[in-house]
Amino acid sequence: MSPTQSTEPRDPHDDGRPRMRAVVGSTRIEEDIFGRVFDGKVVGRIWEFVAPYKPRVWIAVAAVLIFTLSQLTIPLLIRYAIDNGMAPGAPPGLLVRIVGLFGLVIAVNYAAQLVQERVTGRLAEDVLFDIRRRMFGHLQRVSLSFMDKTEVGRLMSRLQGDVNSMQEFLETSVQSVGDIALLVGIVVAMLWLDWQLALLVLMALPILLGVRVLWLARARAAFMAAHEANSRANGALAEAIHGVRAVQSMSRERLNSELYARLVGKTYDAQLRSSALAQIMIPIVDTLTGIAMAVVVVAGGYVVATGRIEVGVMVAFLFYIQRFFDPIRSLTLQYSVMQRAMASGHRLTEVLDVPVDVQDAPEAVDLTPADDGSVEFRGVTFGYDPDQPVLKDVSFSVASGETVALVGPTGSGKSSCMSLIHRFYDVQEGAILVGGKDVRDVTQASLGRHIAMVLQEPYLFTGTVMENIRYASTWASDMDVIEAARAVGAHEFIEAMPQGYDTLLDERGSNLSLGQRQLLSFARALAADARILVLDEATANIDSYTERKIQKALVRLLEGRTGLVIAHRLATIRGADRIVVLQQGEKIEEGNHDALMARQGLYAKLYSLNYASFDDIPAELTEAERKAST
Amino acid sequence: MTTPSAPGGRDRAFRRTAATDTAKGRAAIRRITAMCFRYRARAWLALAATVPAVLMQLAIPVILGRAVDRTIAMAETPQMRPLVLIALTLLAVSVLRGLFTLAQNFAAESVGHALAQDLRNQIYAKIQRLPFSFHDRTHSGDLITVGMLDLEGVRMYFSTALVRTLLLSLLIGIGAFMLIRADPIMGLLALSFVPFAAWRSSAMQLTLRRTWLILQEKLGVLSQRMEENLAGIRVVRAFAAEPHEMARFDAASKDALDYSHQRIDVRVRNTSAMSLAFFLSMGLVLLYGGRQVAAGEITVGTLATFLTFMTILQMPVRQLGLMVNAYARASTCGARLFQLLDMPEEIADAPDARPLKVTEGTLTLDNVGFAYHGTDGRRAVSGISLTARRGETIGILGAPGAGKTTLMHLLPRFYDPTEGSITIDGQDLREVTLESVREAVAIVQQDSFLFTTSIENNIAYAAPRAEDRRIRGVAESAQLHDYVLGLPQQYGTVVGERGVSLSGGQRQRLSIARTLMMTPAVLVFDDSTAAIDAGTESRIRAALRDYAKDRVTLIVAHRLASLKDADRILFMEDGRVVEEGTPAELLALGGRYKALHDLQMSPEDAA
Repeated sequence: MSPTQSTEPRDPHDDGRPRMRAVVGSTRIEEDIFGRVFDGKVVGRIWEFVAPYKPRVWIAVAAVLIFTLSQLTIPLLIRYAIDNGMAPGAPPGLLVRIVGLFGLVIAVNYAAQLVQERVTGRLAEDVLFDIRRRMFGHLQRVSLSFMDKTEVGRLMSRLQGDVNSMQEFLETSVQSVGDIALLVGIVVAMLWLDWQLALLVLMALPILLGVRVLWLARARAAFMAAHEANSRANGALAEAIHGVRAVQSMSRERLNSELYARLVGKTYDAQLRSSALAQIMIPIVDTLTGIAMAVVVVAGGYVVATGRIEVGVMVAFLFYIQRFFDPIRSLTLQYSVMQRAMASGHRLTEVLDVPVDVQDAPEAVDLTPADDGSVEFRGVTFGYDPDQPVLKDVSFSVASGETVALVGPTGSGKSSCMSLIHRFYDVQEGAILVGGKDVRDVTQASLGRHIAMVLQEPYLFTGTVMENIRYASTWASDMDVIEAARAVGAHEFIEAMPQGYDTLLDERGSNLSLGQRQLLSFARALAADARILVLDEATANIDSYTERKIQKALVRLLEGRTGLVIAHRLATIRGADRIVVLQQGEKIEEGNHDALMARQGLYAKLYSLNYASFDDIPAELTEAERKAST
Repeated sequence: MTTPSAPGGRDRAFRRTAATDTAKGRAAIRRITAMCFRYRARAWLALAATVPAVLMQLAIPVILGRAVDRTIAMAETPQMRPLVLIALTLLAVSVLRGLFTLAQNFAAESVGHALAQDLRNQIYAKIQRLPFSFHDRTHSGDLITVGMLDLEGVRMYFSTALVRTLLLSLLIGIGAFMLIRADPIMGLLALSFVPFAAWRSSAMQLTLRRTWLILQEKLGVLSQRMEENLAGIRVVRAFAAEPHEMARFDAASKDALDYSHQRIDVRVRNTSAMSLAFFLSMGLVLLYGGRQVAAGEITVGTLATFLTFMTILQMPVRQLGLMVNAYARASTCGARLFQLLDMPEEIADAPDARPLKVTEGTLTLDNVGFAYHGTDGRRAVSGISLTARRGETIGILGAPGAGKTTLMHLLPRFYDPTEGSITIDGQDLREVTLESVREAVAIVQQDSFLFTTSIENNIAYAAPRAEDRRIRGVAESAQLHDYVLGLPQQYGTVVGERGVSLSGGQRQRLSIARTLMMTPAVLVFDDSTAAIDAGTESRIRAALRDYAKDRVTLIVAHRLASLKDADRILFMEDGRVVEEGTPAELLALGGRYKALHDLQMSPEDAA
């Protein structure tokens, strides 16, 4: 059963017709939102990021304590003013002195608040950006197989959602210190003023705490349900927007609106329930406050009448009671923030702990322009899973300046060869030499400059055409870039764009055709001006006109450099100096077109079928050939 | 996509960031208010409950003052009874205050939720009905923001703006009246922080709101850089571009962080200043009131009433900015939301439209021309005439930008032709119901959008009540069945954005399968086999041979092999048909078709 089926609307009049296969939106597989309240390991890792800011942490904590203390002093000053400053026969000037002291306290309060909020706010942001930077930097180095298996969306939610909840956690932590101090302070101040009255009033405390804990479990379930229902409805809306052309072409508007209305109805119910639960605390807290105040009025009045305390103490009590429930409310809310932060922190450390497989050796040297453009595979065995090699003992070499085509059916290991030259992965056996040096002995940065790469799917970044062609080749001047574009035949269409080379490309270059994007990625490789070009030819069917342009550009691109091309088109293959035929991870043939034709092997068979592209050849044919050859 | 579907950048139909003018904002506020009062009982309950809630709130300082005075009087007349009575009143008032506040808040929020529910349904229906020409010129992100953030801004209006306005005016109005009546000077001193706090709070919230939008943009840049980097990680690694990418990241990150710091400073400065103003007023009340008490002009209880009243008033006044902000937000969000809801639907049923009746199944195009929005009337296609009868297959060829897709999009009325007419069995498509046109003309689009749900739900999209047998049948015809059987949950496997990812060819086959669930009079394949290998494609064509007998089939393709079965071929260039005839005729003609044919059959000679 797919997870969507359980939530399908049931047909109210089940008349034996086939059930309705229609849903809008999808069930999101939610991650754990809450973790344990305290996870020592996670806190330890987060502390690494906070540690550099230690002095600021202490300042923030000190400021929050001073702030709380000054808040606590105010009712005491009022009490002192009432009982001493205003009493008949009080020494003249005492009231003024008390109010002067009051002024001093509020000045301290002001300064402490300013410092505390500013330092905490900035600190939390700084730590957040540091964590994000470390993660992003780490993702630049982790193994590509991790990146291949992990959706970008998932990583983005690590980099955004989870990092943000760490920020919330840090701000909350400092605030919690203040809340706890306030609660303790109020209790101590009341006990100090009159311990018997204080004990009476404090009885409300465990009641509120108990109610709050019971409430929290229920309320949280309701909040989550509302949140989830809301994001489901939003998901369905996003789907309707992205898929609007499909919806209209299949006339699903009316049915979808009905299904959406049901979804929104559920959201409404969930939100109403969550509102109700959130509001229900108001009368409870108000009632408890009322009880506490009533107790102070009756018991306090009685004690004042007996003369044990003065009326100012009672007023101070009334002030404290009104502040009393705030820290409890915010502490129980912070409990949830903590749990959420632990879950996020756990996911963050998972990303930070992904091992970096490919690293520069300690004594790695740079490949320099003086090194030649040769490539050699020497008995290479490699598998993403070492038990299932995708390349088995493959050896071949490409001399500097030569163009070699790698051909073979899908799954023969062509793409893996390409990744290995660039040392995206390390081989299990054998070695790969670039410019005569083992790729494991050179720096990755210099390897990247020595080799330019064109991927099967052209990938463009948001930015101008100029920035896209130059990309990381910061040394290329504007003229170099234009020259590269001219060479691959992209200059014309670039000039025809509204702002020429300064035209902004939409996301992934969606304002360009596939062929144009391909030409730009060629220009980018050309601008990098590397000794070696590794190219994975596109398989998608482009119209024949663009195809011809691309073929021309390819010839220009390979001029004067070593070329290693994963070729699909016969034209490209025939143009190569040499052809290496791979099948199921093994090299089975090697030679130029004429030699391979004369051999009458797999290549000759494939070629004689006269398909425009090797990839068009039905799998049965290559399979039959493979069986025949073994 | 190889065909530019429409001019992307210029002439945006709808823009989220577009500033709205004040008049539109005010109109939006009026309209939202009117909508809120459609939930009459709840809306009035919320407003009605606010009055007693405020009165109870104001009663508490007065009762506390009495209690203090009564306590002092205990020294002379030690009677517990009046004190107990006061305590009970205090308790009762507290409970009532809680209950009325609950009623007020809950009713107000429930109005918001009900409004959101209605608006959501309207937005959804509207977006589905708006034509292609609208969606071509609108960023999907902008629509999503309207449906989520702007909706939220409108939802919050009733509780945060309207009800709060009543609450604050009553609280400050009645409270000020009471205080000033009790002691004019002390009353003014106690209220002296209110104007300052109200001003700072509103200014702060408006600044925070304005800067929030800017911060979001900056964070948007950052997240776009991260996302592009991660999605294009192979390119990044291939060019050893880590330093380049980190520099880009740092620039965007620092920009956002600096701005965020500034916002923190704005917030902190204002909140501390408001606290200071409040405590200063309190100090003044203490000084002046204390002297009055000492002089015997007022009682300690009265002073306590003033001080308690101030603490009660403090929070709502400091939150006044939230109310101001709620108005500002509702007016911009509402203006955008209504702009969307009021958008004209260019493609809709004519007033007296009747369903299309398919009899002969003949499709006729008569001198059809079309220009996209904002292209100054430059025709993407023009002067196209064609008659196709049931059972015929027509191939359409041409370079990118020749107008092939545009022409195909006119057939299901994704757009209406700007010249000429399209008819099926003599009925103009613009004069029959849209739904019947879309049933009669099915199209397999270039870009196959899959819904995040099971494969069977995707296939049965156009016919949700189809039998399993039929779903399996079309999957077999589309050469998808064997692949599906190899999946872990077979037809129940979830695909789409958050499901199993399919290759381009598999997506296209699924897209063909779901179109085959329809029984149209006209079936269009719009370059929809580009990612499918030639062998599989020819098997699909073979499986569809019978299906094609009952309808007109139009195939747009680049590969000539895809048009093997075509009875006739149209060759398009610059929006016009330049060659037309059977493949043999066109080959004999020796024109563009022949050139393309030669190119594809022996590519190496042409390169």
